[in-house]
Amino acid sequence: MIKHFISLQWKSFVRAASFSSNLAIKILLGFFALYMIASFSIMGGLAYYLIEENLQMEPVEVINRFLIYYLVIDLFFRYLLQKMPVVNIKPLLYLPFKKSKIVQFSLWKTAVSFFNIIHAFFFIPFGIVLMMNGYPPLQVILWVVSIYALVYCNNFINVFLNGVDVFFYSFISLVAALGVLHYYDIFDVTVYIHPIFQALYDQPLLCIIPIGLLTLLYYSAFRYFKRHLFLDAGLAVKQQEATAENMDWLNRFGSISVFLKNDIKLIKRNKRSKTTVFMSFLFIFYGLLFFTGALEVYEAPPWRIFAAIFVTGGFLFSFGQFVPSWDSAYYPLMMSQNIRYRDYLNSKWWLMVMATVVTTILASFYLYFGWEVYLAIIVSAIYNIGVNSYMVLWGGAYVKTPIDLTSNKKAFGDSQAFNAKTLLLTIPKLAIPVIVYVIGHYTVGPFLGYALVVIAGMLGFAFKEKVFNKIEKVYKAEKYKTLAAYKQKN
Amino acid sequence: MIRIENLSKKYSGTTVLSIDNMEIPKGQIFGLVGNNGAGKTTLFSLLLDLIQPSSGFVLNNDIKVDESEDWKPFTSAFIDETFLIGYLTPEEYFYFIGELRGQNKEDVDIMLKKFEDFFHGEILGGKKYLRDLSKGNQKKAGIVASFIGSPEVIILDEPFANLDPTTQIRLKKIINEFRDDADTTVLISSHDLLHVTEVCERIVVLDKGINIKDIRTSEATLKELEAFFSEEILAPVAK
Repeated sequence: MIKHFISLQWKSFVRAASFSSNLAIKILLGFFALYMIASFSIMGGLAYYLIEENLQMEPVEVINRFLIYYLVIDLFFRYLLQKMPVVNIKPLLYLPFKKSKIVQFSLWKTAVSFFNIIHAFFFIPFGIVLMMNGYPPLQVILWVVSIYALVYCNNFINVFLNGVDVFFYSFISLVAALGVLHYYDIFDVTVYIHPIFQALYDQPLLCIIPIGLLTLLYYSAFRYFKRHLFLDAGLAVKQQEATAENMDWLNRFGSISVFLKNDIKLIKRNKRSKTTVFMSFLFIFYGLLFFTGALEVYEAPPWRIFAAIFVTGGFLFSFGQFVPSWDSAYYPLMMSQNIRYRDYLNSKWWLMVMATVVTTILASFYLYFGWEVYLAIIVSAIYNIGVNSYMVLWGGAYVKTPIDLTSNKKAFGDSQAFNAKTLLLTIPKLAIPVIVYVIGHYTVGPFLGYALVVIAGMLGFAFKEKVFNKIEKVYKAEKYKTLAAYKQKN
Repeated sequence: MIRIENLSKKYSGTTVLSIDNMEIPKGQIFGLVGNNGAGKTTLFSLLLDLIQPSSGFVLNNDIKVDESEDWKPFTSAFIDETFLIGYLTPEEYFYFIGELRGQNKEDVDIMLKKFEDFFHGEILGGKKYLRDLSKGNQKKAGIVASFIGSPEVIILDEPFANLDPTTQIRLKKIINEFRDDADTTVLISSHDLLHVTEVCERIVVLDKGINIKDIRTSEATLKELEAFFSEEILAPVAK
């Protein structure tokens, strides 16, 4: 039976549309995995010597002190990136498998995930180095086993975080509360956790505690999913109550108002787009790294424009780069309805312009760092509207990744979004304004730099119709390919 | 209204559709039948310029569909759920389509009134987005949306599938009303021979991408079609 499951799993992996479609992506992902493995192994091998020589401290103790952060960060990445197993078991329910087998399999499946295996590449070399340096083998081995049990605890905690909302919110509030208490020096939880990890090393038999914890988590996950293995319970897709909206105030935009209304509903009512908007909101604060002098490397003047482009262009970049893809679920409708490409593109363009204006206003708190900083932001906003808004629309035509609006996975970094053409198009987006500014800055002064960037933006604005003709052509040329690509769903 | 010339579609060497010549006059209710893989959806997708023809072309009201977009204002279609916008309520979807076709809210509301029976109280005024409706109800919404704005060409791919029996009968009535309408050409495909023979004035049978039968519907048509589709099954017995 397990054999069947495994062969199904293998097929779903190699036959996935995203996997088979692009050899370059496969190689890139492979390299990335190798890179992670290599860096973890090298760190594992060198950590002992680095800590001993540079910090003059006991390596195991140092590792134990940082272990809690390590585990929390691990959990964070898991929550964002690790895929949960429960989705694909629907078709198995009707087949003669015992329910407990299905649950067992989907839980075990998470155990072989890259997120669990990668840690071995750090802790095993580290353990070997410890033993080579005369640490008692039994103690070291059982300590590594304890840590590994905790890593696997994370694995199952993450299963719960994804599956049970109550658990997610209480966990987040707990971590947030501890973080705040720590920050204000009221109560430092790590002080209490450090001796616990140390004890795992000093008293190796205590490793039964993490192992026990792991077993407990496994069984509660098992029981939870077994109990919820019904189409109307754990496997059901959550439904929102619908509320109709008119948004008549948008009618002033004339023929494109139809699409604008739709796009705003799209953003408001789908998980994926909400995440994108939230992320683009965070971009506003990106400039703090540069303008507060927090990092010395970023003091050089070219960085100013670079940062300001991101501050005002968060939405433009994160939403705009997927422009036709947001409508991927109903692209055939858009292509056969009474829709002109021009209106469609225009509405997306207006949406980005509005967002850029709003972010520029929101970013007015940068005035605190001096009016020149805010001037850089306004100048970049003009460039974003005048040039970058076209560039992202243009680049979007080549991004043929269908977007599942209702799911958040893959919201962070979609591998297919990076292809040669979109990379090429980032040059005018970022490099040109920086270069133009630098030319002005070093010949006459910062103001000529700003003026040149503004002129570049204005020029883009003046040629709007021309550029739109060009983009329209690209969209038309790519139409059939795009339609075919959106048909492939995972 | 629609003219097809030398139209063919090939996927990596295999021809999935090949029609030398076909003309669908204005006002006709046109039916397309054929087994899975016969090329029905391929033909409809070519009519809507959703896929690129390997050779030949389609003229919709003398407009080449793969060269100009001017056929879009008078053509509407419901092929599958990719013609629905999942995050809208059915009303919002109808208004959206209405606006695209130059109809204001009142026009759409008046038009929807006629379909109250058809919706059976399950579509309008509900608290659900289209993505949360059942397959059958999604189909109802999609079919009605394709009638908005009195298009001259309506293309429906398997409109009867997934509908409950009552709704199927209601849909037949609705399509039958287009018979008296000399301006509206309706193209439907179906696996249900009884339904197509009842509503269509003309039926084309596709087999492996070729139109092998082109029938003016009469009393004998159902028998003829049944005989054709059971041929394969009966043939070995006869030998």
